[in-house]
Amino acid sequence: MPALLEARDLRAGYGPPDVLHGIDFTVEEGGVTALLGANGAGKTTTLRALCGMIRRSGRITLGGERIERAATEEIVRRGVGHVPDGRGTFLELSVEENLRLGAYTRRDRAGVAADMERMFGYFPRLQERLRQQAGTLSGGEQQMLAIARALLVKPRLLLLDEPSFGLAPLIVREIFHILRRINAEERTSILVVEQNASLALDLADHAFLLETGRIVVSGTASAIRQDETVRRSYLGY
Amino acid sequence: MNRNRSAVWGGLGVFAVLVALAFVSSSYHLFQLTMLVVYAVAVLGMVVLTGYNGQISLGQGAFFAIGSYVTAILMANYNWPYWATVPVAAAASALMGFLIGFPALRLGGLYLALTTFALAVAVPQVLKVDALSGLTGGVQGLTMDKAEAPFHLPLTGDQWIYLFTLIVGGLMFLLAWNLTRGRIGRAMMAVREQSTAAEAMGINLAGLKTRTFAVSAMLTGVAGALSSIAVQFVAPDSFNFFLSITLFVGLVVGGVDSIPGALFGGAFVEFLPNIANEISKAAPGAIYGAILIAFMFVMPRGVGGLLSRLARRARKPAVAAE
Amino acid sequence: MNGLLHQISSGIASGAIYASVSLALVMIYQATHHVNFAQGEMATLSTFVALTLIHAGVPFWAAFVITVVLSFGLGVAVERVLMRPVMNAPVLTSVGVFIGLLLVINALDGWIFGFTIKAFPSPFHSAHPLLGGLVSPHELGETGLTVVVLLLVWAFFRFTPLGLAMRAAAHNPVSARLCGVNVSRMLGLGWGLAAAIGAAAGIMVAPVVFLDPNMMSGILLYAFAGALLGGVDNPFGAVIGGFIVGVLENIFGAYIVGTELKLTVALIIIVAVLLVKPTGLFGRAVQVRV
Repeated sequence: MPALLEARDLRAGYGPPDVLHGIDFTVEEGGVTALLGANGAGKTTTLRALCGMIRRSGRITLGGERIERAATEEIVRRGVGHVPDGRGTFLELSVEENLRLGAYTRRDRAGVAADMERMFGYFPRLQERLRQQAGTLSGGEQQMLAIARALLVKPRLLLLDEPSFGLAPLIVREIFHILRRINAEERTSILVVEQNASLALDLADHAFLLETGRIVVSGTASAIRQDETVRRSYLGY
Repeated sequence: MNRNRSAVWGGLGVFAVLVALAFVSSSYHLFQLTMLVVYAVAVLGMVVLTGYNGQISLGQGAFFAIGSYVTAILMANYNWPYWATVPVAAAASALMGFLIGFPALRLGGLYLALTTFALAVAVPQVLKVDALSGLTGGVQGLTMDKAEAPFHLPLTGDQWIYLFTLIVGGLMFLLAWNLTRGRIGRAMMAVREQSTAAEAMGINLAGLKTRTFAVSAMLTGVAGALSSIAVQFVAPDSFNFFLSITLFVGLVVGGVDSIPGALFGGAFVEFLPNIANEISKAAPGAIYGAILIAFMFVMPRGVGGLLSRLARRARKPAVAAE
Repeated sequence: MNGLLHQISSGIASGAIYASVSLALVMIYQATHHVNFAQGEMATLSTFVALTLIHAGVPFWAAFVITVVLSFGLGVAVERVLMRPVMNAPVLTSVGVFIGLLLVINALDGWIFGFTIKAFPSPFHSAHPLLGGLVSPHELGETGLTVVVLLLVWAFFRFTPLGLAMRAAAHNPVSARLCGVNVSRMLGLGWGLAAAIGAAAGIMVAPVVFLDPNMMSGILLYAFAGALLGGVDNPFGAVIGGFIVGVLENIFGAYIVGTELKLTVALIIIVAVLLVKPTGLFGRAVQVRV
């Protein structure tokens, strides 16, 4: 499979010191890649760097085009949907307005309407709460809203920052089930950051492991699952 | 320790020079110097508030007005001696500061700036109001007698007024310096830097801020009282919104967190109107505005900040040489 | 009784003006957490431009539209040149910059257009007394026009994608960017819109209070009071607050403190709101960022 996203020697950080010390990785077209690691390893930083939300250097290509100098909104327009850390809900706006913002960059009204319907197919609860203020939603519902909002961008690549964070196991299972469907049905490539490695490896076909800003292990999901370091530190058996 | 000692010597040196000026200046220059010290004390009140507490007052002219009017009313209507009015003026402006500060400072942020902005706009109206004109003299204002040197000292009235202003002003600087250095000063700075952490450490945030604002209002009120004694006249239009803004510009130019900077701020407030008139007769306000914006962009810590940078460099010549 | 009704109706008329300026202030506060102390002076400058156009022979409504458009440009320019660099600076810096802008515009107004108080024409005339003589033609027309402007602004924010994007950029700029919204362009638009609303308010109030460089300083104060009363983070509340302040100002002025102390009413309202209900009538609890 060809690489949709390719990062070479990616360095990034918030102040002068780098958090990422030059990492290389690819996300394959149509695939699901998991980015694993402990707290503070640089997982969220990687996603933010890809979207131009922080200072970064190196080379990032999306579908062959360089994006490392583009502004966040430009990267989004080129087809990256980002479900950020903390879900990024517009708390004061209604659920419907949150979704409409997802489709802000698009001009195809009919396409948006159809996609909106498809989102309700994945997440029927959002349709029930369409007029409600998004701040009143539960954590799981906000996560669903964030995923739907990012998908309405019509992204080629979906970035997910800890979709399981703070959610009950049942909800987490439901969300990951939907993510698998989305990957299969929409052919959207996914890069998912997770602390819960076993969950992420179930979804992913490829994975890599970050430790203090460097990639220490990478390979197919099944190979990573067998890896001694990963098994002991992150899978706990 | 070393730094404290040099600050003491520096302060005494400046004070001595200012005292010496009393004996070599013409009465016109003495008046200018008197007003310089008056405005320096007024700006000092804002340094205590903004520099050590992070709050902004856009209505300091109102406290200046209260101090001025208390002195003027007591002198003109009740024949009080000038020196006895100063503590009353101080207490009255401190009280007003407390009353205005209490509601606004519970909330932080821009609320104090907004409230004091309103106060500054409203005060001239209150001073003009007919119902109070028996006390305030209404639009006409009040005229007072000139202060004279006590104990048959061989000083002219102008010299004595200048020296009196200098002594009271010096005491105010000493007070502010002590306040910001001690336990309260450390608490004040903690509030400025990290108010939530300071609160977690048991500092009563709103209470401390309100008291600081009362001190700030008191200092500016004392400046107002001194100005009344020097000018021997008060009228509502001297205390319009522009006075508050001028003091604010003086604060920024002198340096928001610099006690010595307040002297530069005072000099700026006293002399800039002349200079601005020289540059542009038509629009001196534009000069003020342009200076304010330029300082914010280029020298946000003002002259005081520049001086302390130079002083640090002088103490460490080796580092500067690199 | 008729006297009271008269005070209320002219309170609503001036309240419409305060509501507009409150809205302009709150729009900017919501998006940037800065208060534009120069909002009033910007509106005064716009009003001078309108008067100059009218004196040059431009018909009133054409002058109105041209001025509003030019003011929009002024707002965008102020955001680009002055606001952008101090966006993340301490509060003192932004207050300093806006007070500086207030001084500069105020002085330039006086320099270019003079300090004398000028009459300003009203576009609203009527041969018959309106509502039984309760309101003047200008009061009625001015209130009507201002309400239309406010409704248009509301509809813009409520129903258009651009309005939605501007709200999103104000509430959560990071997320807005991730939806492809150009947040900095939205801020510029917000400033432009605020200046345009202020310009309309200035032109509408000038026939009543007459035009001079300090025309808006008192009005800005009432607008602050209105914004605090309604809730500083709620544009709808700010508008209602502006109307309430207008009515209170007139009733207090007529029956309690006298017209001499009208500005003090604004101060009292501000202090009372801060004491009794600091979030305002429609605001949410004050959020503190650590």
